[in-house]
Amino acid sequence: MLETQSRADDQPVVGEREADFSAIDKVAVIEALARVLPVGALMYEVEDLRPYECDGLSVYRQVPLAVALPASEEQVVAVLRTCRELGVPVVARGAGTGLSGGALPHARGVLLSLARFNRILHVDALARTAVVQPGVRNLAISEAVAAHGLYYAPDPSSQIACTIGGNVAENAGGVHCLKYGLTVHNLLRVRGVSIDGEIVEFGSHALDSPGYDLLALITGSEGMLAVATEVTVKLTPRPQLAQCVLAAFDDVIKAGDAVAAIIAAGIIPAGLEMMDQPATAAVEEFVHAGYPLDAKAILLCESDGTAEEVAEEIARVREVLAASGATEIRVSASEAERLKFWAGRKAAFPAAGRLSPDYYCMDGTIPRKRLGEMLEAIQAMEGRYGLRCINVFHAGDGNLHPLILFDANQPGELERAETFGAEILELSVALGGTITGEHGVGVEKINQMCAQFASAELRQFFRIKAAFDPPGLLNPGKAIPTLNRCAEYGRMRISGGELAHPELPRF
Amino acid sequence: MKESMDGLIAEWSKRIRAAAAGGHTLHIRGGGSKDFYGRAVTGERLDTGALRGIVSHEPSELVVTVRAGTALAELEAELAAAGQMLAFEPPHFGSGATVGGMVAAGLSGPRRASAGGLRDFVLGVRMLDGRGEVLRFGGEVMKNVAGYDVPRLLAGSLGTLGVLLEVSLKVLPRPFAETTLRFELGESAAIEQLNRWGGQALPLSASAWADGVLSLRLSGAQAAVRAACASLGGEEVGAQEAAAFWLGVREQTLPWFGLDVGGAALWRLSVPSAAPALKLPGEQFIEWGGAQRWLRSAAPVERMRARAAELGGHAVLFRGGDRQSEVFQPLAAPPLAIHRRLKAAFDPAGVFNRGRLYQEF
Ligand SMILES: Cc1cc2nc3c(=O)[nH]c(=O)nc-3n(C[C@H](O)[C@H](O)[C@H](O)COP(=O)(O)OP(=O)(O)OC[C@H]3O[C@@H](n4cnc5c(N)ncnc54)[C@H](O)[C@@H]3O)c2cc1C
Repeated sequence: MLETQSRADDQPVVGEREADFSAIDKVAVIEALARVLPVGALMYEVEDLRPYECDGLSVYRQVPLAVALPASEEQVVAVLRTCRELGVPVVARGAGTGLSGGALPHARGVLLSLARFNRILHVDALARTAVVQPGVRNLAISEAVAAHGLYYAPDPSSQIACTIGGNVAENAGGVHCLKYGLTVHNLLRVRGVSIDGEIVEFGSHALDSPGYDLLALITGSEGMLAVATEVTVKLTPRPQLAQCVLAAFDDVIKAGDAVAAIIAAGIIPAGLEMMDQPATAAVEEFVHAGYPLDAKAILLCESDGTAEEVAEEIARVREVLAASGATEIRVSASEAERLKFWAGRKAAFPAAGRLSPDYYCMDGTIPRKRLGEMLEAIQAMEGRYGLRCINVFHAGDGNLHPLILFDANQPGELERAETFGAEILELSVALGGTITGEHGVGVEKINQMCAQFASAELRQFFRIKAAFDPPGLLNPGKAIPTLNRCAEYGRMRISGGELAHPELPRF
Repeated sequence: MKESMDGLIAEWSKRIRAAAAGGHTLHIRGGGSKDFYGRAVTGERLDTGALRGIVSHEPSELVVTVRAGTALAELEAELAAAGQMLAFEPPHFGSGATVGGMVAAGLSGPRRASAGGLRDFVLGVRMLDGRGEVLRFGGEVMKNVAGYDVPRLLAGSLGTLGVLLEVSLKVLPRPFAETTLRFELGESAAIEQLNRWGGQALPLSASAWADGVLSLRLSGAQAAVRAACASLGGEEVGAQEAAAFWLGVREQTLPWFGLDVGGAALWRLSVPSAAPALKLPGEQFIEWGGAQRWLRSAAPVERMRARAAELGGHAVLFRGGDRQSEVFQPLAAPPLAIHRRLKAAFDPAGVFNRGRLYQEF
């Protein structure tokens, strides 16, 4: 077996070149799907397709050939088998809150909505696990297990809306993931359906499984390897108490150094967030969190655990912040005050929305020690692109969310915002980081993948995809750029003469 | 330093290409400390020991990048000097254990259930695949979803997908305080109690049960450990004795692991933490809050596997027994097909560690 594959190794891998789906016959696809789906589970009239034309990144829009709304695993199997037989692309969709166009429909494909998979199947309070369908909302899990003193730890800001299936597909994070981990650290098992319509179990209710760690590969795979139909998550005991420290700094570099100092002191806070002055000003006007407006940066540092533990940690944090030159330190004295401290941070996106008709959220991650350089570079870019940018930052784990403000109705602004964003992402790579910490590549960052990975690595991604999805029908064209595309993008960037920071090493 | 490593890597790459072209196999070996683990392998040896050294360690970034042939002991000494640790407490199983061997074996120690396993701490890798190409995946940052998570795929793959050259690992600060408590409890009561405690906000960091005695380690802020001790009761173990005990659990040097029960094999059953008592013949040692159960038993392979599967887990023939047959639980058909294609994707000619994980690849 291995011998023949070795000879075939010189052949291009499926997906490595743009696939041509133009021959797909819409009528035949709809007829075939109508045979396997009940009435009401298939839509193909344009007005019914509109609500599905984009995800949270609404600058990309596309209506699919059809939308399938299966309610059972058998129906998912049937849809996938049908699409496999007819060679039709399939794009899975949860709540459509993704910020990288991962759930953007394929023009010649079926959009497979998991919205009807909305049941919590089983909660085992003793073992601290919950088995849920993929369309269950992130927050609904924590609500359902609250009576047992448990919760599901990863808490993306979109948690009232986003689904656990979408969280698995994006490896979503939240403000507490420095201490409690990302989605990948809080999953035990994913049950999925392959493009062949076969049911595959990834992981188990034990802490490990025989063979390769396929659960890790599935997590963050942006719906390109299998469609999840069931997920088992780990539940975490709710801490007795949480308290938050708000610290102000007269200099962003000092604030960045304070973050490093907290960690160097052996403290892993439950949350550690930073906002720059424009971001603070934007949210303050909106939610009146009482943030100091003269500060160049503020830090929010949360401690949780038993009352004794929190008191000990907060004392240590205060000491470190004072030594790092904080101009003001406030500790939340009540749960209401703690929530008020957080209200501002959590309102960053809506606040950006009030400041500007449109905003574009970036997601690069960098080593924390490069934060100062990054913020200075962003400031210079604001001048160059003539656009404003406010910065919120998951400082604890180096994940930066610059929000670029623009007005899509002004000719050229969207394009400038996109180039601005691309430059931030490429600088993230050059500083030793990555183009996406938690929002995924989708269609949005596909060109920047060319800056982060070499051809041999991209080809290896296509081989991995083909190991799960040999015909290349699951979410084709997303997340991994074809080599042609990278060659073209490289030419464009260099001929445009705006290769950022040519002195920095490129990977 | 950098130059000489590039030469070494180029030489390995040449050996890999020659092996692929000539239909030979290679046996990747770090310190050989885990030779006992997995199936017996053949093939020309590729020793990674020369590729050593810590590339970078930034304590405040919580990350360390290390060459694969570096001694695990050297890495742990470096981290300890900065007040940090590998939170998954990897077993060394011998003084020569290397970082590459640790990642490839994917084994985690006593802290697994509370802190996470080795796979949870792997951030990036640089590797040679079966085509002799140097590839880099992941990186040195905590959050990274660009491309598939190859670093975690390599954790525990027993060197069957490629040669690890460099790995980046997340590290954590050592706890401020640590205490061990002992309780007299039967098997079922211990499993139940461990799961109940697991559902409370307690600073648990390890557990071990054998012969009617449950040992529980608490780690964290001084105040938290003190408060937990007061509420849990039990008998406090002296600090030195406790440290020696947990090291013995991690390295399997406790007398329990040395017992020779008529040449019985050592099985590892990985099961849901709340799974009931095994009810299998043999001597048992329980860890990970109930999720890892060691069993010294001469019971037939089929019986072990069937019981593990019935409980929702799997069984590994960890030491001894028949190492010519499968030592890991066989895979169901759909994941097996994916495994075959993944192996071919990384190592099309089947050069690396053939047969170490499963007979077929
Ligand atoms: C205001 C706002 C705040 C946000 N904050 C955060 C944050 O703090 N942290 C963070 O990580 N993200 C955040 N996000 C991004 C987004 O919410 C997450 O990426 C989320 O995980 C997407 O879930 P969804 O259900 O909306 O998935 P969708 O957007 O519907 O889909 C996302 C991807 O998952 C795939 N997919 C969905 N369901 C399945 C399935 N069952 N099987 C296989 N593939 C599937 C899709 O094909 C697509 O590629 C935010 C978004 C918004 C709008």
